Amino acid sequence: MIVRVRVEQTPLPGIGVRHDLVTSSGRTVGVVSHRNGRRDLVLYDVDDPDSCLASIPLTDDEAEALADVLGASLMLGQLAGLRQQASGLLTEQIALPAGSPFVRRKLGDTRARTRTGVSIVAVMRDREVVPSPGPEFVFEANDVVVAVGTRQGVDGLTAILAGDSD
Amino acid sequence: MHDTTILLIEVGALLFALGMLGRLGRRFGLSPIPLYLLAGLAFGHGGLIPLSASEQFIEIGASIGVILLLVMLGLEYSAGELVGNLRAAAPAGLLDALFNAVPGAAFAFLMGWGWQAALVLAGITWVSSSGVIAKVLGDLGRLGNRETPVILSVLVIEDLAMAFYLPLVTAVLAGVGLLGGLKALGVAVVTVVAVLVVAIRYGRQISALISARDAEALLLGVFGLTLFVAGVAEELNVSAAVGAFLVGIAISGPVAHHATEMLSPLRDLFAAVFFVFFGLSTDPADMPPVLLPALALAVVTMLTKVATGYFAARRVGIAVPGRLRAGLALMPRGEFSIVIAGLAVASGVEPRLAPLATAYVLITVVSGPLLARLPDYDWFKSFIRRWRSAPPPAVQPLTAEE
Repeated sequence: MIVRVRVEQTPLPGIGVRHDLVTSSGRTVGVVSHRNGRRDLVLYDVDDPDSCLASIPLTDDEAEALADVLGASLMLGQLAGLRQQASGLLTEQIALPAGSPFVRRKLGDTRARTRTGVSIVAVMRDREVVPSPGPEFVFEANDVVVAVGTRQGVDGLTAILAGDSD
Repeated sequence: MHDTTILLIEVGALLFALGMLGRLGRRFGLSPIPLYLLAGLAFGHGGLIPLSASEQFIEIGASIGVILLLVMLGLEYSAGELVGNLRAAAPAGLLDALFNAVPGAAFAFLMGWGWQAALVLAGITWVSSSGVIAKVLGDLGRLGNRETPVILSVLVIEDLAMAFYLPLVTAVLAGVGLLGGLKALGVAVVTVVAVLVVAIRYGRQISALISARDAEALLLGVFGLTLFVAGVAEELNVSAAVGAFLVGIAISGPVAHHATEMLSPLRDLFAAVFFVFFGLSTDPADMPPVLLPALALAVVTMLTKVATGYFAARRVGIAVPGRLRAGLALMPRGEFSIVIAGLAVASGVEPRLAPLATAYVLITVVSGPLLARLPDYDWFKSFIRRWRSAPPPAVQPLTAEE
């Protein structure tokens, strides 16, 4: 289920714009985007919801990293929803076995899409998520592959990754 | 040749001293404006060191400083922002004008000054310093606060109002009488509306004329255009400052962003010269007699600013602590008050006006940012909590809907 959240946009004349939203837990978080490209992550006070408790300046890289982490975990959540919605298509998390022939090999080498029609949409490693890995992505032991496809296709990919297919 | 050498020495020493002062001020979290004013008082007429050779140079630098202050202000806002803000915050702006301009005018009459001086003093007490306040909000980490848009919109309206007020004052001080002043006001209204409409409709095309890529061409283009328009505006008696402000508004998008970056150092230099020039033209010996009146005026108009911020924030459903933060933040007066007083000094309308304005701005610009910190202290917060929970105020039904 995708929950719609209302993000409020407030212009700050001469400075930039502020976006904020109230979470279901009742906290308010916001982002102040300055016109010169600077952006601050702001957290609001519980006692005085008009004032911000902390204002954290983020560099371009930091903002991108944060957006990636949030976006990837969000995507996994949405995929879980997709599994229920589109019949016949499912999402599976496949752990790469330690003895897999693809450990330290490229994702492209699996030829997963050609052979099974399955898309690898993300790889989880050490609690971090790598969204939409390209063919140059190199697997490591204990990676968890998030794949979308038919039952048959996903089973095929599981077999390929385990090295059972050939 | 000899005069030029002395000029170099005087201007060089002056700027160097200002640089050191500014650095010292930053260490104490002080805006450089009061320091520049004090430096101006220390030099020149009746001061410690007379600046004879460079006075004319400083005077020209000062008028460029005013123009740069205003074009930068215009660059900060887009025309769309100004108009959109006007719709939303017009009542707050009206309240602000009423609460803060009237005490200034009343004070002038109380001092037995003429109506021209009253008009000038009304402007001095009306306009908060957007530069100082934006800096304070940033320093205190309040840019994300929910009352901050209220503060900013009051400032925007004040700045926009200057586009009408300055031509009126310029004309009145030129001695054309109230009718001539109103005529200038009419011209200003038509011009400003025309510029806003053109800027909203054709802003992109105007900005396309000046390429944002070539830094040098951009600097010369924008600076030249600003000086030219300001000069023409002055010639038409609409005040050079307003011409510059309108140029800033008409330029938008990436050109505005780059122009802001290019002109900032120039603005810092010439604005410093402007503040010094204003201090120079004030004789320190005139200051002591006006100190007490200035203090009284400052206390009254700082309280009216608190009331302005309080009510403006209440309108949009901000709670009591936020309302007080908005009010206290609005207190400092600065560059604009000096610009207005500068117009009056040039016309010689009231000799005591310049020292009064200097003392007034010094008091508000130093104490304002310090007082703006008050709501962050724990004792202040608990005081507010106790005050709110104590007696249920009579106007409760009005605020209960929040």
